[in-house]
Amino acid sequence: MSDNHDAHDFQKHVKRYLFVFYALIVGTVITVAASWAHIDSVAITVAIALFIACMKGFLVAGYFMHLISERKMIYGILLATVFFFAGLMYLTIWSMQPESLVHIR
Amino acid sequence: MDIPYTSEPRQDTGLFNAKVGIWLFLASEVMLFGALFSSYILLRVGAEPGEWPHGLLNIPLGMTNTIVLIVSSITVVMAWASLKMKNFARFKLFQSITLLCALAFLGIKSYEYHDKFTHYEVWLKDGKIADGHLVENNADTIVLHHAHYVDKEAAAKVTHAWQEREIKEEEITIKKSDIRLREGGKLDMESYGPWHNTYTAIYFTLTGLHALHVIGGAIVIFFLWGPLSGMWKTDPERYTNRIEISGLFWHFVDLVWIFLFPVLYLL
Repeated sequence: MSDNHDAHDFQKHVKRYLFVFYALIVGTVITVAASWAHIDSVAITVAIALFIACMKGFLVAGYFMHLISERKMIYGILLATVFFFAGLMYLTIWSMQPESLVHIR
Repeated sequence: MDIPYTSEPRQDTGLFNAKVGIWLFLASEVMLFGALFSSYILLRVGAEPGEWPHGLLNIPLGMTNTIVLIVSSITVVMAWASLKMKNFARFKLFQSITLLCALAFLGIKSYEYHDKFTHYEVWLKDGKIADGHLVENNADTIVLHHAHYVDKEAAAKVTHAWQEREIKEEEITIKKSDIRLREGGKLDMESYGPWHNTYTAIYFTLTGLHALHVIGGAIVIFFLWGPLSGMWKTDPERYTNRIEISGLFWHFVDLVWIFLFPVLYLL
C-alpha cells in the first residue's frame, strides 16, 4: 500500500478495517449457523462453508493485507502462486479419477 | 556499507526489500499448506463410509478461536495504522492485545488437544465399541464421560456434524476384564491422538503446523513490541515497515485458520 497517506487518510482506513472486522465476525457466525442447520446435501453444506470462507479470505487478504491496492510485483508473485496452487489441486482431484494413473484405491 | 531499500521503496517496483521478501515467503507458505490441504482432500475422499468422523471437535471452542484470531488481525492492522498516525502509545496497546489473543488461541488449542488425548475408543470382548472421555482408570474398571456405544452401521450413514451431535451420551463404567486384549496382553483401547486414524493424523498435522506459525508470529510481534521498540525513536520508518511485515505474516496465519475451521470442525 502507498506510504504517502497522511493521518486523515488513515482515519478513513481505520473505518474500513472496522467494517471488515464486523464482516468477518458475521461471516463466522453464519458459517457456524449453517453447520447447525439440518441441510441434507453434503455438496451444499461444503459449498456454503467454503463460499463464506473464501469471502472472509478475500476480506483479510484484500483489506488487512492491502492486496486490493498493492504493487504490480506483488500481484506477479501471487499470480505464480495461484498457478502452482491450482496445479496442485488439479493433480489432487485428477489422481482421484478412476482413469488416472495415480489411483488411490 | 548500507543496504539499499530497507526503508525507502525502489523506484521501479515501489517496494522495499522486506515487502518483497515476506510475499515470496508467504507464497511458499501457500504451497506448504496447499500440499496439506490436498492431502486432506485425498484422505477424506478415500475414506470408507463411516470411517471419517463428523462432529468430533468442539465447535464453540473452534468458533471462539476463530473470533480470537479475527480480533488479533484487526489489532495488528490498527497497530500499524497507529504508527502511521505517529501514535506510539496506541500501537503498544493494540499489539499487547494481539499478544494476548495469541496466548488465548494457544491456550484454547492446548485444551482441545488435551481433550483429544483423553478421548478414548475402547473395544470390548462382546464386539461393542465404547467411545468417550477417560476420567477414571482404576485397577479393575475405567469410567468414560460423555460416552456412547458406537453403532458401526449407523455411523456409516452419518454425513454431517449435526447428525453426530444428536447421539445421546452418558457415563459408562467398564470392567477391564470385559475389554478385548491386544497382542502382548495390553487393553484394546486408544486415544484420539494423531495415531488413531487418518482424520486425527491430518487434524494434528494441520493445526499443529498452524499453531507453530502462531507461536513464531507471536515471538516476532513480542520482540518488535518490547525489546526492539527503541527503533521507533532512531528509525521510525523502518520500524513501521517491520510492523507491517510482521502484520502480513500474522494475517496469513489468520487466513489459514479461516479455511481450517470449517474444513476440520464443521464439515
